[in-house]
Amino acid sequence: MRTYEIVYIVVPNTTDDDLAKLNSQLEKVVADLGGKIVKTDLWGRKKLAYKIGKYEEGVYVVLYIEGSGKEIAEVERRLRVNDAVIRHMTVRTDEDLKRAEKLKSRRKVSVRAAAASGADSEGDVEGEGGDEEFDS
Amino acid sequence: MPRPNDRNDRNDGPSRRPMNAPMPSSRRRRSSKLSAEKIDYIDYKDVKLLQSFLTENGKILPARLSGVSALQQRKIAEAIKRARTIALLPYVQA
Repeated sequence: MRTYEIVYIVVPNTTDDDLAKLNSQLEKVVADLGGKIVKTDLWGRKKLAYKIGKYEEGVYVVLYIEGSGKEIAEVERRLRVNDAVIRHMTVRTDEDLKRAEKLKSRRKVSVRAAAASGADSEGDVEGEGGDEEFDS
Repeated sequence: MPRPNDRNDRNDGPSRRPMNAPMPSSRRRRSSKLSAEKIDYIDYKDVKLLQSFLTENGKILPARLSGVSALQQRKIAEAIKRARTIALLPYVQA
């Protein structure tokens, strides 16, 4: 099972109705393909850091999706096709979160070890983590 | 970290006092927020955090200036690039 985050930005003059329609449509697509939308974050209207086309602001929506990956392709296709969506991005998060979790638990161990020996072993632990994580 | 007088000693212990050392303030390492606040996952949505690793022009701050580890720097860079993609951060600050 993989987890993804999909962020997309719709034009600021989209009506709430249209946005709700798009979201329910995406929800259905994901469900049909065996995934699940864990959470939907509606950030609302935000100023863009740079102009996209002629727009200076946009409405941000973040979807947190669990699934196999098949549903992502279809969701992305729909976002591309929809004219109201000016930008979208998908990020797979399960691996990075797992790594972060591992680092966290390892640090707990190293803190305990450091407390025992009175030495600062943090640098070493992080260095090792780096090699291992990024080559795999 | 700029260390012009590398020949002095690689592993400077407690008595590190090279003759022509850089300013004491710039010699300290690992003073970064990431270690201090124990951040393991650098979220591209955390604009405030990422902004602390940008220059005024919106460029990514080199690790030698921010004092983060190489692994952390890679993660920061990745997150900043993601944030740029969705217009949370600028590519260039006018």
